[in-house]
Amino acid sequence: MSTAVLRGWTPSIAKPSVLPGFGITFGFAVSYLSLIVLIPLAVLVWRASALGIDGIWRVATTPRVLAALQLSFFISAAAALVNVIFGAIVAWVLVRYDFPGKRILDAAVDLPFALPTAVAGIALAALYATNGWIGALFAPWGIKIAFTPLGIFIALVFIGLPFVVRTVQPVLQDFEREVEEASATLGAGRGQTVFRVVLPALVPALLTGGALAFARAVGEYGSVIFIAGNMPFVSEIAPLLIVTRLEEFDYAGASAIATVMLIISFAALLVINSIQAFSRRRFGHA
Amino acid sequence: MHDGVFGEGRAVRWTLIALAVGFLVLFLVLPLLAVFSEALRRGAAAFFATFDDPDTQAAIRLTLLVAAIAVPLNLVFGLSAAWAISKFEFPGKSVLISLIDLPFSVSPVVAGLVYVLLFGAKGLLGPLLDDWDFKIIFAVPGIVLATIFVTFPFIAREVIPLMQEQGTADEEAALTLGASGFRTFLTVTLPNVRWALLYGVLLCNARAMGEFGAVSVVSGHIRGLTNTMPLHVEILYNEYNFVAAFAVASLLAGLALVTLGAKSVLEWRHGDALAPARRH
Repeated sequence: MSTAVLRGWTPSIAKPSVLPGFGITFGFAVSYLSLIVLIPLAVLVWRASALGIDGIWRVATTPRVLAALQLSFFISAAAALVNVIFGAIVAWVLVRYDFPGKRILDAAVDLPFALPTAVAGIALAALYATNGWIGALFAPWGIKIAFTPLGIFIALVFIGLPFVVRTVQPVLQDFEREVEEASATLGAGRGQTVFRVVLPALVPALLTGGALAFARAVGEYGSVIFIAGNMPFVSEIAPLLIVTRLEEFDYAGASAIATVMLIISFAALLVINSIQAFSRRRFGHA
Repeated sequence: MHDGVFGEGRAVRWTLIALAVGFLVLFLVLPLLAVFSEALRRGAAAFFATFDDPDTQAAIRLTLLVAAIAVPLNLVFGLSAAWAISKFEFPGKSVLISLIDLPFSVSPVVAGLVYVLLFGAKGLLGPLLDDWDFKIIFAVPGIVLATIFVTFPFIAREVIPLMQEQGTADEEAALTLGASGFRTFLTVTLPNVRWALLYGVLLCNARAMGEFGAVSVVSGHIRGLTNTMPLHVEILYNEYNFVAAFAVASLLAGLALVTLGAKSVLEWRHGDALAPARRH
């Protein structure tokens, strides 16, 4: 088939090109995206919109739903904060220092992406139960971790761990050492250089990573339900409540909670995009 | 390594290394060790006995089947989207790129929910499917759909940035020399992106085989029929059959380790041929 023929039926929305195949690849990609992602999500929004804004508000503010949303929101934020702090340390150590086993540790950072969430969930529950390796250390002090909100926190730290490390690492790698040398030459101590020269340049990456970890944590289900205990008003996360509503065939209730969660994750996404736009203008990298 | 005027002192350096290593051991290494240790708690015989159970075997078969459908479909989608986005200019391109990443910002539970709203007994198309006697929810098609949804962006997002970077010069040369469009794709474009493609397939496959939340919502948990490996882990665990639960879990953890290993080898050996964000 000659390119001239193919170019003949290239739709006009693309600029003319000698390359063939725009129509079929674009058409397939957009149809597939619509069928798998866009139409199903639109059905959710349509279903929730049948309730109206005040209907969604009514569902979202019933005590049990509100408790679950608050729990998901605050524990996700706390876990994201821990990940920002330790993620910065891990990224720093992996980029700047050499020590035995560094490569393996670097590869291991992605484990929460690769390990199925259910596996992570039962492993963490086994570790932090009162008879587990770690839980047993805290049990004598009267501290229970598994089957309490503390357990949810542990699972969400696990699930969000790679995000901050992987966003900070490349920025730190590209950071020009000359800037640090200049700072030292001008008489700054090492602490001043790190906290007033290097750290400000890492802030956008830290915030982006934190927001990504938060967005993932809010929607997380598999790794949490095994360790949470799942008590209404105490340790019941929002995604679990959606599942409960579905099992009661309360489609409207499930859709309303899901819509609120979608709004939270899109807000997080918006924050991430604005940080990256700001960072591109300010530092020339995302 | 970076001593002198702009390095940290030994004490600070080793404290930071200890903190980082401690954090990673606590959150990554210990859970992994716990999986294998719990699986082997009653010895190797009990471990292997799990895999004689027909329900476990059915779960493994279903997981393989679902991945064998979802991964190739997302592969074809990833290549199509990458070709259209990287080789042509058209309005709305950046919107299309953002929409492809959309499934990553949707909770897995919501991913399952949307299909229940669409195809469930009380869903939009539920009555129609009932008339045709075709089940999607609480059946294999629903599991496949939910899996495709959650693994949707994996391959596309590895290939698109790389192909954008590579531009169109190679393809134009091939076409000028008389190759057909499809031959150009097979012999010029595909070899250029093969490592990034493999990288995306690895990640996509790991998630497809390990997905829990989305699949849990649409599966109905029917033993031997709609139970994937992660769902089987849950059922065994809730029955206090811990050795069997962790035995199946250890198989999934093994898959995760193989995926991580292969991914690292790709980053070390073929870093230049991966998407820009993957180069260390």
